[in-house]
Formats: sequence, structure tokens, C-alpha cells
Amino acid sequence: MSLQQLTMNEADTARVEAVLARWPGAQRDALIPILQEVQEHCGYLPREAMLRISRHLDLPASKVFGVATFYNQFRFQAPGRHRIQVCRGTACHVKGSAAVLEALCRHLKIRPGQTTRDGMFSLEVVACIGACGLAPVIAVDGEFHAGVTPDAVAGILARCGEPEVRHA
Amino acid sequence: MPTISINEHEVEAREGETVLDACERHGVRIPTLCHLKHLTPTGACRLCVVEVEGQRALVPSCAWPVADGMKVRTHSARAIEARRVVVELLLANHPDECLYCNRNTDCDLRGLAAELGVQGRRFFGAKLERKKDAGSPAIIRDPAKCILCGRCVRVCEEVQGVGCLDFIGRGSATTVGPALDQGLNVSSCVNCGQCLLVCPTGALSEHTATPTVLAALADPERTVVVQHAPAVALTLGEEFGLKPGADVAGLLNAALRRLGFARVYETAFAADLTVMEEASELVKRLREDGPLPMFTSCSPGWIKYVEQSYPEYIPNLSTCKSPQMMLGALLKSPRAAMAGLDPGRLFSVSIMPCVAKKFEAARPELHTEGVPDVDAVLTTRELVGLLRQRGLDLARLAPEPADDPFGTRSTAGRLFAGSGGVMESALRTAHWLLTGQEPPELRVQAVRAGDGVRECRVLVAGLELGAAVVSGLGQAKALLAQVRAGRRDLHFIEVMTCPGGCLNGGGQVRAASAESLRARQQALYALDRDGALRTAHGNESIRRLYDEFLGAPLGEASHRYLHTHYAPREVVR
Repeated sequence: MSLQQLTMNEADTARVEAVLARWPGAQRDALIPILQEVQEHCGYLPREAMLRISRHLDLPASKVFGVATFYNQFRFQAPGRHRIQVCRGTACHVKGSAAVLEALCRHLKIRPGQTTRDGMFSLEVVACIGACGLAPVIAVDGEFHAGVTPDAVAGILARCGEPEVRHA
Repeated sequence: MPTISINEHEVEAREGETVLDACERHGVRIPTLCHLKHLTPTGACRLCVVEVEGQRALVPSCAWPVADGMKVRTHSARAIEARRVVVELLLANHPDECLYCNRNTDCDLRGLAAELGVQGRRFFGAKLERKKDAGSPAIIRDPAKCILCGRCVRVCEEVQGVGCLDFIGRGSATTVGPALDQGLNVSSCVNCGQCLLVCPTGALSEHTATPTVLAALADPERTVVVQHAPAVALTLGEEFGLKPGADVAGLLNAALRRLGFARVYETAFAADLTVMEEASELVKRLREDGPLPMFTSCSPGWIKYVEQSYPEYIPNLSTCKSPQMMLGALLKSPRAAMAGLDPGRLFSVSIMPCVAKKFEAARPELHTEGVPDVDAVLTTRELVGLLRQRGLDLARLAPEPADDPFGTRSTAGRLFAGSGGVMESALRTAHWLLTGQEPPELRVQAVRAGDGVRECRVLVAGLELGAAVVSGLGQAKALLAQVRAGRRDLHFIEVMTCPGGCLNGGGQVRAASAESLRARQQALYALDRDGALRTAHGNESIRRLYDEFLGAPLGEASHRYLHTHYAPREVVR
């Protein structure tokens, strides 16, 4: 991937500039809060945003990328329209959440932390969702699905694809 | 002064030093992997663990300061077992490719495994699967072989001030790589190769040109010529049992002819030519109002650094090509035909103490009509491999001279091997250009090898010239900050990318100690002191080249063959 292929849309560029405008003369110790604010406004950390932040802080881009990839809280792909969280806590693990995650990866053709090419779904793993009684549990756009089996995954995903009006 | 006990022996330690340093000074060697002298200790690899009385756990000696009365046991059964386990764990996910690895014979990890008696595999981890990054013309990165010691990361940031590499990700998924996990070829890497010198495994290596060179040598349709840089002749001997600093230029000429090269040249001749052009350029800039300060342009890492990080200083770079590329251009010019060479069949090889020279030779600006002026670049290390493969023992050959018409070189050209050499040689010739007389003292002690920035003021023909010499890009960055902040008293600045200059270049033989580096430097100054020909302008071959082919320095032919231009460069940084 060459530099020319890095493209951040205008709205995100404006968001990043707005965040940096709030941090004039910032030093390297401001890196994490800046990354957090950018993610808050853009939904993720666009690659160009990290390069832009490195210039703002006069830090090598490798250091910005190093810090950003160290922490689980940062995402590197735009979130999909539907956010799927898979609980990988102990109770869910015992009840087979690994197989559920595997089924989701297979259906969506992505790995945890990624977004499908059509931008419909993003997949995340969470340590414990706090609903152990419903294990294994996944959350789709914040709505919990209890006792999920690998076979049930296809149906849950299909219902997400239906017109939004149904929820209205 | 604190007194400590090392393995039941009382010794004097120094205030503030680490246990590792104290042990080393007293002849106790503790193995290390991540440690780099003079850089921030990280205590990451845990190989240097020792027992300190009163401490429950083993402590990393590289990051543990001495204290009065401390009792240290460096090689207790517990410490050795811990080290062995560390190595076994590192090997658990390491590729079992040692036989085919470029570091086959000088891998630190392999050496430690042998030293600690690792005889079998106890831990079975999934092997690291990581893609090789082979897009750079200079450096190949093979993260599967990386043990995450972080030496490259620290050298790149703390010594070179580039910071191209860092850790990416966390835990067992961690890798070391450039920003955005992109290839080195689009990164801020300047190809200096200092990381290759410190990498303990085969994770970082030069992009080898050995097969290309062997193929050319075997091709009867090709005339293969070679040039070797001045710093190569002062380091190569160490690999063949000669003392550090031994000058093997003549032996190397002989060895290269035996390898099958049709003509053998010393890059030092082209360094003389660089001096003529660069000193003339300096005089011109002094007389015609700049742009000043003028920066040297021999070191390709520095050039890339300016292009990507300080493009506003591109006009300050000397337009002179490096000696390698000057000789490369001459060898493919009509001048080479005078030497009985057919430029159409010529395959031009250079042997350099540098991996960035591979990048330099591949630059399109340094091609003539699409044809590279230098076809292949070998490092000193690759040359050692080639000589070994052909069974040539340097120490048993008789010295031979280089080929004419580029055969004679002054010791000024040879000084290019060390930091300060370009400056010293250029000042000798600038004095002659400005006054028509030889300088009263040829030696310019103030700019000779030493730590930090060296500066001097030279008064020539009523002009006061401010000169500065730095080596290591970290130092260059600091000096550049002063220039940027408005410093106006410097007219000529020599920058060498590698600390100490080419004698410590990224293409040199690994594991050079500080002592051998000093010996190389002293040998360089000794051969200049004893040299019969000590100035570029005094070199009869150079004069003949101008008379018969180039005309005058900075003339039309010079511009065509010896000068170039640079442009801002966009990289991921």
C-alpha cells in the first residue's frame, strides 16, 4: 500500500483537525488522550490520523502506531453499521463461546477487530459482558442474544440485514 | 566508592554503574541479548539475570545499579538455569531454519543456546508466521526470526534519531516494524544498517547482491569491474586474522582479481575527484552567496533523511554525487573506453561498508539514460563471504596496485573512511583553490574522529570559514536544529550517517568493539601521516582526468557525470 492509497474522508479529516486544535503545543504525554478523542469522533483511528498526530506531536509515526496497537481500546477500521460483541468470559467460554465466535468469523469472513467489506458488520471480542446467566451471549447493537449456538448465528445476522423500519 | 562482592571476590565498583558493567570491568562475562552499551537498559530479555543477596527473585544485571556491600552471584546454578529457560522459550516459536539462515555462523541466539547447553526441545510453541519484508533495495526484514529484544528500535531512535521501527501490538502477537506495519521501502528508514549491526538473529539483513555478482562473473559476455571503498580496506583484515586497522587495500586488489574481476579500482580515487568538485562548489557558494551552510552528500542515509524530514535544506546539499556514484558514472562514460572497456558490456560492482549504498545505486536520479551507473553493491560482509567461498586467504596474497587510469589516489581520498575525513580533505583543497598555495598544516585536528560535534574556524585568503563535523543522524538532527534556529557562522558541514563514519558503517563486519574502531581510526590517520600524496589536487591522475576528459571542476562534463539533484520525498513517518 503506497502513501497515495491512504485516504481519509473529508469529514474525518475535519474531525481530526478539530481534536488537534484543542491540543496546541502538546507533547508526547498527550498521545493517548489525543488518540482517544480522535477515536471518539471518528469511531476508529484512521491511518492518516495517526500520521497527522505524529506530526502534531513531533513523534515518529512508528511510536504512535506502537502505542495505538498496544491498547485494546483502539480500533483501526471504521465500525460497521451493526456492532457485534462476543463475550469470551469464563462462563461463556465453558458454554461454547469459542465455537460461536468461530461461526461468526466464518459467516462474516472477518476476524475480531475487523469490519466486513460492505461495511455492514464489525466484530469485537469482550472479556465479560456481565450476563453470565445467559451464556453464551452475544450483543448486536447493544441488544443481547442469549444461549447462542453456532447454528443460530446465521439467523441473527440475517435479521440484522432486514429493513430498519421493522425496529421503528 | 562502593565495594561489592562478585562470586565471593571483593571488588571496587563505580558509583551509579550497573552490576553488568561492574562485572564486565572485572572480567566476569554475563551473557546478554537485549543490552546495548550506552543506550537505555530495558531489562527485557532477562538473559543477564544474577542472584543478589537479599533479593527474592533473580535481577537483571543490565538494569540493576550497584550498592555498597552488595553480594552478587553471576553463575549460580539458579541463574544459569533461568538463562537456559529464557533461551529455550525464545527458541520455542523460532523457525528451525538455522542451516539456511544468513546468520548461520554468527547468530547470538544460536551461540547462547550452545553456550548454555540447550540440547533439545522442551517447549513446543506454534512457530511465528510473519511475512518477509523484502521490498527495500537495502534491507530485508524477516519478523519470523525476531526475538523482540528491541535493539534495532533503540539504535534507530536513540542513536540515529529516526525512529523508523517500534513494537507493534502486544503480548505474543507483538512484532517489530515500521509505522502502520508497512514495508521498509515506504517507511522513514534511511537504510543506514545500524540495526543490522545490532540484530542478534537473522531478522534484519542486507538485501544480498552476491548471486547477481557471481552470475555476472560467470557470464563470458560481460566485463565485470569492481571498486572498493576506503573503509573496506581498513576493516576487512580483521576477518582474516590481521590486526584491527591493518590496511589491506593492496591485498584486496589482488584478491578481487583472483575472484575474476577484469578491472579493480579504489573508490578513494573518486573521493579525490569528489574533493575537487566539492571544494570548488564550496568556494563558489562562498563567493556567490550560498546557499550556505553547504552539507556533504557522500552519505546516502543522510541524503534520504534530508529529503524526507528536512526538504527545505535540499538546496544546501552539495550537488556532488558520492564517490561510489562518481566512479560508477565514469566507468560507463566514454572515458572508460579510453581504458579499453566497452560500456555496453560493462557490469560495475562496488564493495561498500554500507547498506544504504545499495539504495543509492538504485536511485533513478543516479542512472544515466535508464542504465544504472553501478549495477550491484556488496557490503564488506558479503565480500567476506565471497572470499571464503573462493577459498581466498587475504593474508597469504601479495599486494597489487589498482588499475589505471583511476589507479592513483591520495590519502585525502582515503580519509573519507572516517568521520571528519571529507571535511579535512576538502579544506586542504579549498585552501589551494582560494590561495593557489598548499595549506601550512595539512592535518585539521579539530575535525578528526571524536565524540560529538567537532567544529573549527579556518582563515583562508581573508575568508573565515566555519566548519562542523557530525556523525550519527541523532547528532546531525541536533546541529540542524541550531541552523534552523538561526545559527549563521557555519559554512560547511560534514554529516556521516553512521556514528564514527564509514569505518563503523552498517555494511561492516559485525561485533566491532570500541577498541577495534579506535584502531581503525588510528590506522587511517597513520596512513595519511605517512602518505606520499596527501591532497586530491596533487593527484596526477585526477589532473589528467580533467585535462583529457572533464575540463574543469563544475564544468559541463562534470555536471553531466559527477553532479545530481534531490527532491522532497514522501514517506510514512
